Amino acid sequence: MAFQRKILALVLAGGVAAGSLAASAATAAEDTPQPPKLKWSFSGPFGKYDQGQLQRGFKVYREVCQVCHGLTLLAFRNLAEPGGPGFTPAQAAAIAAEYQVKGEPDDQGEVKDRPGRLADRFPPPFPNEQAARARYNAVPPDMSVIAKARGYERGFPWWLLDMVTQYQEHGVDYIVALLTGYEDKAPAGVNVPTGTFYNKYFPGHTLAMPPPLSDKRVDYTDGSPTTVDQYAKDVSAFLAWAAEPHLEARKRIGFQVIIFLIVFAGLVYFAKKKVWREVELHPEKLTPRPPTEYPRS
Amino acid sequence: MSAAEGTRRDFLYIATGAVATVGAAGVLWPLIAQMNPDASTIAAGAPIEVDLTPIADGQVIKVFWRGKPIYINHRTKKQIEEAQNVDVAKLPDPQPDSARVKAGHDQWQVLIGICTHLGCIPIAHQGPYDGYFCPCHGSVYDTSGRIRSGPAPSNLAVPPYEFLSDTKIRIG
Amino acid sequence: MSGHPTYQPKSAFMRWMERRLPIAGLVYSSFVVYPIPRNLNYWWTFGGILAFMLGAQIVTGIVLAMHYTPHVDYAFNSVEHIMRDVNYGWLLRYLHANGASMFFLAAYVHMFRGMYYGSYKEPREVLWILGVILLLLMIMTGFMGYVLPWGQMSFWAATVITNLFSAIPLVGESIVAWLWGGFAVGNPTLNRFYSLHYLLPFVIVGVVVLHIWALHVAGQNNPDGIEPKTEHDTVAFTPYATIKDAFFLLVFCVLFAWFVFYIPNFLGHPDNYIPANPAVTPVHIVPEWYYLPFYAILRAIPNKLLGVVALGGSILILLFLPWLDTSKVKSAKYRPLYRQFFWLFVIVCVGLGWLGSKPPEGNYVLIARIFTAYYFAYFLIILPLLGFFEKTKPVPNSIAESVLGKGVPLGAPAPPPRAA
Repeated sequence: MAFQRKILALVLAGGVAAGSLAASAATAAEDTPQPPKLKWSFSGPFGKYDQGQLQRGFKVYREVCQVCHGLTLLAFRNLAEPGGPGFTPAQAAAIAAEYQVKGEPDDQGEVKDRPGRLADRFPPPFPNEQAARARYNAVPPDMSVIAKARGYERGFPWWLLDMVTQYQEHGVDYIVALLTGYEDKAPAGVNVPTGTFYNKYFPGHTLAMPPPLSDKRVDYTDGSPTTVDQYAKDVSAFLAWAAEPHLEARKRIGFQVIIFLIVFAGLVYFAKKKVWREVELHPEKLTPRPPTEYPRS
Repeated sequence: MSAAEGTRRDFLYIATGAVATVGAAGVLWPLIAQMNPDASTIAAGAPIEVDLTPIADGQVIKVFWRGKPIYINHRTKKQIEEAQNVDVAKLPDPQPDSARVKAGHDQWQVLIGICTHLGCIPIAHQGPYDGYFCPCHGSVYDTSGRIRSGPAPSNLAVPPYEFLSDTKIRIG
Repeated sequence: MSGHPTYQPKSAFMRWMERRLPIAGLVYSSFVVYPIPRNLNYWWTFGGILAFMLGAQIVTGIVLAMHYTPHVDYAFNSVEHIMRDVNYGWLLRYLHANGASMFFLAAYVHMFRGMYYGSYKEPREVLWILGVILLLLMIMTGFMGYVLPWGQMSFWAATVITNLFSAIPLVGESIVAWLWGGFAVGNPTLNRFYSLHYLLPFVIVGVVVLHIWALHVAGQNNPDGIEPKTEHDTVAFTPYATIKDAFFLLVFCVLFAWFVFYIPNFLGHPDNYIPANPAVTPVHIVPEWYYLPFYAILRAIPNKLLGVVALGGSILILLFLPWLDTSKVKSAKYRPLYRQFFWLFVIVCVGLGWLGSKPPEGNYVLIARIFTAYYFAYFLIILPLLGFFEKTKPVPNSIAESVLGKGVPLGAPAPPPRAA
């Protein structure tokens, strides 16, 4: 026993040493700070999207982002579906009609634009990557799943804790940090090539997107503060919904399923105990036979 | 003592079995439901609007709705008369022409262009009635889209539609 | 034939069937009256859990296949179509993706159980080898499945892993072109991975049948590592193992549900939500967690060909385990020195997994090399030598004795149940 404990202690000590050695290697390699962990209405087992926030975020997307960034995996009808921003079908249809989408070829074979309908998806802001590069010198990514396509490393033991606390909002926390992380003056010694901008949280620190948000840029009709911070949070929440429109159903059904499984497991546990009590009470009643080869009949 | 034990034991097993059945149903439902039409398919099947102004007198156009061909026929006066002057009782599938058009718009005929026999698309302006003729097995429809001869059992179906104005209909 | 109770059909229809295709009798003798050691602990439930997970992956996979499009221009969007539009599509996708992780978790627990209790030893060598083959098939299936969503990680994992074959001298490049169906990973590659990803699980089902057959010939091992000798050592599979398997399967499903419903993207990588871009390589290409230990071993060797050999060797060496371990005592319960090295081995495997997720720089490389050395030394040096030098603890006379406690003569009535 004592010998085992000594081995275990040695191994643990070695593990800690290895971990700290490795950690020093890690911190040297990446100096991008971790985005601050924010509170979201949709985090945790009972999280729900805040419809007002989603609508404000959609407004920010339309007035600031959509010139460059597509949302092509979303359809206009999604705006009216449960678990989302909560527009009525009529409102969603009106929003759709504000967009021009490519129609079917007419009798001369020409493809003309027509107003969008509920079934249509958001049209892309540029026809292909080459057109984007020609216009912006970079390809602005589509925003449909960007909240799930971004994240950051949480070291040990934080990621273990995250499994229990259900922290899944790495992407949105990063996006808020990015949008609010621009700095006018880069730190001394950092080279910012022309056409790029310095950002504290972007890996590599220089990106082609100019700071998109500024105070009072977008009007809010519900009295929410018109600050960069608020815009960043609202548009990120909207992007979280865009990436995971079924989040509310998922968490609701998850709660029901897990409760069911726990109750079911409890019942089976007691049934198991009852069944096995037979073995202890009446060992002579078992149907055992000495193990033999597979019976060939 | 053993009888009471028996019922207590049985209750646990019965309860477990019942919960298991509920669980099995819960697992089965999404597997079955996923084959139902998905949201994008249902959205694509939303009603469509058709502008009638480009359709000349006597012209038939074909549009698609929910994957089905829809004939929109701008009937001539002659076709309308022939459709109405018919002994309805003698038809294989008796139906007056008035039941197959919208009141006040009987020059517009909207039909699902699928033969009620085995599903081919009948050809417009064909056959002895200048109605529709199905080349697959020879079913003949009149200018009201009613079956007159051939193996098809019933008249060409009329889809749900309404007039938004004199020159625009919404199908679906 | 020793006295196995045989299936007695009760209805006329079943008598008719049994004479023509005795499936009921087969199920009865294999899964109802089949004797199992009475001292099995909960580590023995993972075989049943694996069978359940195989079924779950096949069922969810088949329904996903009804909605997925295996073409480079449509694959990513078809997966998003499943997530957004298909009824319960998000659930099916998350079940399948997280199910793969649960499948590998159960497989690793199942294998570590086998290593701890010596379940690979005589007469279960073929059973163990079939298991290693199953692991290989699972690895191939999982790898190809991960390519299908056609995200950045899908594409670049495919590129990196298929490029491994170019290490083979002379024919390597040709093999890689043959695998790709082109000059790089592209549409032909995606299509054939889809076909094979659909096929291999059914090959796995076939090998599982062999695996269970081999198991039933020898009978289960047990925590004491001694074979059942008398009828007091065993109980019938149903209801005793059936209900225990069912219970732990439900506990396992709670963990599964936790991932699927609350943290469905935790085990994945955000880069796989970026559509595949052959022009841009992600900063860190990382496989899914269940491949990380092997990935670490691959990168620990500085030579390309030897790294590939080490990667393959780390799995193939498992095939020889029954002969590398020279000890006559099966269970680690009675092998105190073996136990220390075993737990160290487990820690090394977990450590290699962690290292596989880190960039191959600085001190990570050194530690990965040390751990890789221990991994191979465990099989090639430690286990062969332990058999000769270890002083094992005395093994009980029988399973019944070890369960019922010493001093209880066989055949005596069981001790009164402890007060609840």
